[in-house]
Amino acid sequence: MNIPATTLWFAAHELRLAWRDALAMLTGGRRKRAYVAAIGVAGFVVFMHAMALLGLRNLPDIGMNPSKTALVFISGSALLAFALMISQSMESVTRAFYTRSDLDLILSSPASARRLFSLRIVIMAAGSIMMALLLAGPFINVMVFRHGARWLSAYGVVLSMGAASAALAVGFTVALFRTIGARRTRLIAQIVAAIIGAAFVIGLQVGAILSYGNLSRFTFLQSDALASHLPDVTSFVWWPARAMLGDVHALALVFLASVALLFAAVAIFAPRFGDHALAAAGVAFERRRQSAVRDFRTQSQRHALRRKEWRLLARDPWLMSQTLMQILYLLPPAILLWRNYGEGAGALVILIPVLVMAAGQLAGGLAWLAISGEDAPELVATAPVPAHFIVRGKIEAVLGACALVFAPLITAILFVSVYEAMIAAAGIAIAVVAATMIQLWFRAQAKRSHFRRRHTSSRVATFAEAFSSISWAGAAALVASGSILALLPAIIGVLVLAVARALRPRN
Amino acid sequence: MHALPPALEIRGLRKRFERPAVDNLDLTVRRGEFYALVGPNGAGKTTTLRMVAGLLSPDAGDIFLAGVDARSNPVAAKRVLAWVSDEPMIYDKLTPLEYLEFVAGLWQVEAKTAQTRAHELLGWLGLTAHAQERCEGFSKGMRQKVALAGALVHDPQVIILDEPLTGLDAGSARQVKSVLRERVDVGGTVIMTTHILEVAERMADRIGIIAHGKLIAEGTLEELRARARGTATLEDTFLTLVAEQAAA
Repeated sequence: MNIPATTLWFAAHELRLAWRDALAMLTGGRRKRAYVAAIGVAGFVVFMHAMALLGLRNLPDIGMNPSKTALVFISGSALLAFALMISQSMESVTRAFYTRSDLDLILSSPASARRLFSLRIVIMAAGSIMMALLLAGPFINVMVFRHGARWLSAYGVVLSMGAASAALAVGFTVALFRTIGARRTRLIAQIVAAIIGAAFVIGLQVGAILSYGNLSRFTFLQSDALASHLPDVTSFVWWPARAMLGDVHALALVFLASVALLFAAVAIFAPRFGDHALAAAGVAFERRRQSAVRDFRTQSQRHALRRKEWRLLARDPWLMSQTLMQILYLLPPAILLWRNYGEGAGALVILIPVLVMAAGQLAGGLAWLAISGEDAPELVATAPVPAHFIVRGKIEAVLGACALVFAPLITAILFVSVYEAMIAAAGIAIAVVAATMIQLWFRAQAKRSHFRRRHTSSRVATFAEAFSSISWAGAAALVASGSILALLPAIIGVLVLAVARALRPRN
Repeated sequence: MHALPPALEIRGLRKRFERPAVDNLDLTVRRGEFYALVGPNGAGKTTTLRMVAGLLSPDAGDIFLAGVDARSNPVAAKRVLAWVSDEPMIYDKLTPLEYLEFVAGLWQVEAKTAQTRAHELLGWLGLTAHAQERCEGFSKGMRQKVALAGALVHDPQVIILDEPLTGLDAGSARQVKSVLRERVDVGGTVIMTTHILEVAERMADRIGIIAHGKLIAEGTLEELRARARGTATLEDTFLTLVAEQAAA
């Protein structure tokens, strides 16, 4: 029998919570959907394997004595995943600090809080590893299938990266806590997490733009120019890459170093984890500094709704992490635009779909917050305002916020090409309106704080939003390149909307 | 000269979920009256008032608010009404003043009037010192008072409150009760549900007892006592009448 308050007992408790949490994420809280979720996960795994087979079909076997270019390519790909794992872990640590949940119960009980928090740090590492395995596993399997069992050691590198990412994430977040305090850490940690997650991809893309004038990070990674600036093949820098290729000694060193890092993080930070979590929880009860007294303004009902939405969007603590990365990914296209300024509009064919896709995704998130994430639904429902007025006010708030983000970029394109600027503006407008309509059809009453889980409330809405954005991005790209084939993704975009409308909840 | 219509008039109201929640209910609340609706858990009090506020659609029946048909003209009916639920729903990221400005915008109250009234209300409710702080750190009592200020900032003719005193400390409860009493003293109508029978006993002009979705008794405290054969308190009266209804 499992003895209460032991590490094993806590582990069983945490695993049960994590399992139910994951299940709720996949099924949207409806247990009857579990088999659908299982089919979905299986389908995703098969799809990823197919993608891996397709993507790696021309990759030659890299032997045990790889070239420097091959090492750069493997290390670069691993670093991409590592950056995302650190980003995800930082968000997990921030949430662990700022979500009160069972904190009172744990800290008021005679059980060892240190033991539980140690376990939670390890579970964060496990979460990171699981996510990485889901995405990287199929590629590793294909490499094992095509080039032999030695590629199984790549799984060891994924485990090592998970352990190291959790350790670094805890270290970064606690360092922020100690330097800038609990209140600012929530915002800054999200910004740092988004920047870390995007920085490496963006860095590679910027490198590719400046070197080759395109957005392909893989071209840049495989270039001799980059390799010439990096250490010799015997350097320890390449150990993780060598470990992936099946070098057992390198794997052992990488694995031991990562596990040591994780244990050090647990030993150093777990004893103070409870104190930090308490300080973070206290943020909600602190009085914010007084804002300036301002006179009331006479406003129409729609204006009142728009202003309220804008204020809440601007003050949303979690919106930053959810949208900052989307906005950061716009940086490389913006640099591409800047670099091509005055050199014709050729590169805009690449830029326009990126902008349209980002606009659709951003609008989907903002529309969910404004339409479904209404924290005072009864106040709004009992106000003397027709229902369509309320919806219109909220939609206007979303469109206004999107316009604020994308108007400067469209203005910049305007200086390069009026025609392409019009295509970009039309594509962005259509993608934004489509995503907003989907959120409107699938609206549900939810708390704003559930924003991160908005995808679980309706899978149909999630996929419709993604397919719609992709379709309109494709259509915009093809229009920009002057192809009549633009009609095809545009028709798909309309069909996606029609299907979403047909499947919308009727109540 | 025509008499003004009652503040609230309900006729033949019905609502069914798995079982009838409100069953052919008739109820009239006069203008300038403090009316308390009491009843056991699941009796249909909240369902009734949510239908009045336009938050639930009735299966059948009519609702008139200050003479306005709430089913055929909901926007006009909502102009005279304010609703405060037991769980105060306010925006954590707005300050009380920003919240009140938003509510005033929804009810189209002129800015200067709304601002003056907002400051007065926050003063009455002891929230002046917190007027420019975001509501996210407020206690339940403070949040309930902000919600109440929101309900009063547009000067409604009828204010409906669902268990407004649940979870409030003694000081906050007294402030809320005093604001509601003042409201009635100047001609407003207050309708509230409550589990705290002493509150109904002390504050209400008339009390309605609801059970199984039906109004089983209504009147002043004395009238209800007389009907329950001279019981001493409202609690005794309530228990006697509910037991009689269950036995019937």
